[in-house]
Formats: sequence, structure tokens, C-alpha cells
Amino acid sequence: MGMISDEARKMIGQSDPAVHVEISRRDIVKYSVSTEQTLEKYLNGDEAPPMFLFGALRPVISMDQLGPDGIANASLVPELPLKRVMAGGTKTRYFRQVKPGDKLVATRTLSDMYEKSGSQGPLVFLVYTLDVKTEAGEPVVEETQTRIVR
Amino acid sequence: MPKFADIKPGDTLPERQYRPTNVSLFLYNAAIWNAHRIHYDEIYTKEVEKHPAVVVDGPLQGDWLAQAVLNWLGDDGELVEFEYSNRRSSYIGDTLVSGGKVESVDPEKREAEFSLFVKVEGGDITAPGRAIVRFHA
Repeated sequence: MGMISDEARKMIGQSDPAVHVEISRRDIVKYSVSTEQTLEKYLNGDEAPPMFLFGALRPVISMDQLGPDGIANASLVPELPLKRVMAGGTKTRYFRQVKPGDKLVATRTLSDMYEKSGSQGPLVFLVYTLDVKTEAGEPVVEETQTRIVR
Repeated sequence: MPKFADIKPGDTLPERQYRPTNVSLFLYNAAIWNAHRIHYDEIYTKEVEKHPAVVVDGPLQGDWLAQAVLNWLGDDGELVEFEYSNRRSSYIGDTLVSGGKVESVDPEKREAEFSLFVKVEGGDITAPGRAIVRFHA
């Protein structure tokens, strides 16, 4: 234990700048095909599957900002002695469907970090809250995301 | 097509098999703009991150959990709340199975809560989940 330094802990509460995304039908279709959706509304891109936003809101940055593992050197990731990162999970509340042409604004905040002992060694959990609204301020999604560093 | 009045705790969702491949994982990670090498670079995955094979994305299994209930629901309602966790890794070569069951029904809100799973066929659950759906009036 003791994987999280005081310096790392100070990052709790910090947010990324808001991300503005315009939703395209073609991106919904690509996502729907790659996730083996079966409902026509998703395959036609009329509506986005619920998990679509997980990808749509990922940062698109230059390749020199990718680490040797291929992961973006994203902000809101503290310096840790553990380096292997896994997607943990999400808990999401949905207020509105996402459709082509929607203009969304997402704000992501590092809201917590904590340690646990796993069967193969220590784990650090990074918890992010994601707030997605339309540009007009209509709530779309509120989500808690967890990433596991081991 | 489910009818809300007929749904009761213990009802099960249809199970579905998935066999992720290098091609399907490439397309998924391209679609979500994820370059993490454990999802396409077998040598790196084994030698550096010490997995036995290329890793199936946790969020992809999250999507399959959501599909387990939404494909059953069709256009009769909408997803209100959804959660999942990535309990253990799964790999190319695994056959994964999604499914779930009704845990509770709230007639006043016209909502039903489901427990969901993705598991390795004949083995452990890799991604448990939970969803609440609201049926249209």
C-alpha cells in the first residue's frame, strides 16, 4: 500500500477543459457495426447506443502525446508507481438519447482515487465524473468512470 | 416484444454468444479511438503487460451488457441507468456469453431492474452489470 503520493492526491477535484463534440451518423454506424448491434436504429445511425459516448468523448490528440503503451498521456492521471491501466467500469444515468447532429459539451473531473489489494498485487482506482449536456444546457448523461492501474 | 405487465423478477434475458477476433477488436478500438496496444499488439501484450493473449476491451463487454437488455426491450422503453465493472480480463479465443435477469419491477414508475453478465462460456463472469429500463406508457 502507499501507492498514492500526497502530490497525486492533490489532483482530486481537478477538471479537464470542456470538450465540444458534434455527433455524426457515420460515427454512430461505425460504432454500431463494431459492437455487433442488432437494432436498426443503431445500425442506421438514427440513434447512438448508450455506450457510444465512451468513445465519442475520448480525446483526439497528436501521436507524440501517446505513451509507449498507446494510451494518451491524458491530463487528470496522477504519477503512480504502477503503470498498467485497465478500464474499470462505468455507472451512468441517461436523460436523453444521442442523435446525429447533436452538439454536446462534456466536462470530466477526477473525483476520487483509492487503493485496494488485488489477488496479483496492489491496485489504484481512479474515479472520474463525466457530465454531458447539449450546448443548450439540456442534460444528456451523468457518469462515473473508473480506471484501474496495476 | 416484452409486455410490462407480464414481467416478473427472475425472468431471464436471451443469452448471446460473442467471439471477438483481431478484426472485430481493431474495428472497435478504431471506432472509439483507442490505441492501447493490449487490444491489437500480441507481442507487446504478452511481453510487456504479461497477458496471455490480446485483451478484449472492458467497455466493449459493457456495450454487450447494455445490448442484452436493450435488444430484448426493443422500442418498448428506454434505458434509464446502467452500470458495469471489468472484473477480470478476457482474451481473443474466448467465447463470451451475455445475459441477465429481472431483479425487480416498479409498476408505479413502469421500471424494471436487471442484473446482467458477460462471462467466458462455461467459466467465470468477466463483466457484471446492472440496468434500469423504463417502459413507455
